[in-house]
Amino acid sequence: MSDHEDIGRLPVRKTYKLYVGGAFPRSESGRSYPVTATDGSLLAHAAQASRKDVRDAVVAARKAVAGWSGATAYNRGQVLYRVAEMLEGRREQFASEVAAAEGIPREQAAKQVDAATDRWVYYAGWADKFAQVAGSTDPVAGPYFAFSLPEPTGVVGVLAPQESSLLGLVSVLAPVLTTGNTAVVVASETRPLPAISLAEVLATSDLPGGVVNVITGVTAELAPWLASHRDVNALDLTGAAPGERAALQRAAAENVKRVYVPRDLDWQRDPGTSRLSPFVEIKTVWHPIGI
Amino acid sequence: MLQQADLRDVTRDDTSLRRFLHGLPGVDQVGAESRAALLATRSIKTTAKAWALDIAIRMVDLTTLEGADTPGKVRALCAKARRPDPSDPSAPSVAAVCVYPDLVATAVEAVHGSPVAVASVATAFPSGRASLPTKLHDVKDAVAAGADEIDMVIDRGAFLAGRYLQVFEEIVATKEACGPAHLKVILETGELATLDNARRASWLALLAGGDFVKTSTGKVTPSATPPVALVLLEAVRDFAGATGERRGVKLAGGIRTAKQAVRFLVMVNEVAGEHWLDPSLFRFGASSLLNDLLLQRHKTHTGAYDGPDYVTVE
Repeated sequence: MSDHEDIGRLPVRKTYKLYVGGAFPRSESGRSYPVTATDGSLLAHAAQASRKDVRDAVVAARKAVAGWSGATAYNRGQVLYRVAEMLEGRREQFASEVAAAEGIPREQAAKQVDAATDRWVYYAGWADKFAQVAGSTDPVAGPYFAFSLPEPTGVVGVLAPQESSLLGLVSVLAPVLTTGNTAVVVASETRPLPAISLAEVLATSDLPGGVVNVITGVTAELAPWLASHRDVNALDLTGAAPGERAALQRAAAENVKRVYVPRDLDWQRDPGTSRLSPFVEIKTVWHPIGI
Repeated sequence: MLQQADLRDVTRDDTSLRRFLHGLPGVDQVGAESRAALLATRSIKTTAKAWALDIAIRMVDLTTLEGADTPGKVRALCAKARRPDPSDPSAPSVAAVCVYPDLVATAVEAVHGSPVAVASVATAFPSGRASLPTKLHDVKDAVAAGADEIDMVIDRGAFLAGRYLQVFEEIVATKEACGPAHLKVILETGELATLDNARRASWLALLAGGDFVKTSTGKVTPSATPPVALVLLEAVRDFAGATGERRGVKLAGGIRTAKQAVRFLVMVNEVAGEHWLDPSLFRFGASSLLNDLLLQRHKTHTGAYDGPDYVTVE
């Protein structure tokens, strides 16, 4: 009995898995890969997804399009705000994970988490306002009302930034959701752990399963499958290596995907609507007057 | 092994039929499930997969059995049956379209000049709850309208009550009413409760002259589960062993993905044998399966994953 206190407690380690269709499966391939801190020490093993996991994620994202794009903008805003609430509650956990992943001091990591939460609130607010800004009534030379409205593009493949593991991820993911798209996110290859923890937040925030799907693994292996997939409507190339962008754009051209190549990777700056407008389709409706 | 003479004998009266059916070896349910699960792990890739997808398309009975079916919907279905993939002439056409009897004439006209057959459900489908003369009239109507194949349902109430001879005689009478048309006997295994019953019903249908045994109507769940498919395939294999005659199996209901279809093809090959890997002896009754087969076919041909925007809607 006297030894009891010396033994201490065994740590409960987390298995980092994928997030597909609202569930947390392992990779179909059974592979995993070591994730290390910037000093080279092992943090955990993450699932190394295969092309079939990408395929499953796209199927899940497609299934979720009708529900999420059909929800009212107000309702989407509420759900996204709820995500921010959940993020706030896990502030400490995310601060530790970001500090470990990016090799920065904890206070600095906590600031990043706060910025990520604020960014989520920012985009939640845009949900029922973006149509007023991006839409318009169009002056036409005839007895018609003509008005134009932004509608979601559909399934968006997102290659998350490689460096900024949480703030960068939130900055590319939230705007895609705000306008009513669903997403398949390929997380940062070397810093994927905060992305999976974010998936846990999403899974408990009233966000319907399949709206966001998070895949971890080798970006260069997974991105071409996402780019060539005919059922993906748009592609965000933020996390692609500059040398691979041209090939991905060519593959994406096969079914005329919208492709977004970012110019600005400073995640601290106010993003404005620069990431809301790329993933919408403008629908113009003409309506006769006086008949 | 059973001899042909013995088989004629077993259908002499109710007692000998019952003795025969209850004398069939019992199905080990756990064994059947694990065998089916084991066969499902077989990996089919590259050229074998391309072959499997094409033969699976050729085995599809493209089906619409809704109260809301219209002549227009049936014509659209027939167009799809003739040419499942308008963007690719190398895609084969399906085996048959399957409709209600009143739409047979429309379907016959729409598939005219193509290898696609017209199948019709009959005998008070899906419940089979009508008098024998009514059922036979239903069959004759469909055959007169030009149906090449008749999918009948057995009287599950009579079967479960143990009136095997009644079920047998109904199938015999239906077969006679079919004339030149092929007869598929729907056992509706989801209502037969046990695999032993599925085996007995298969033998009953085969003895009565059914050209195919078919799992389900598609209106009841569970429908074509892998263990049930296994039992039906064993029955036609053993029947062929006893009589030398090869009869077919049709799986219907719940088969929606190419992956499921390929797994069933593996089972057909392993359980019944490669002779059965032919549309004249094996069919899938399905509607949404065809689109998934086409999507997978695109994937094997182009190397990129395809989406539902690139196949016709049902």
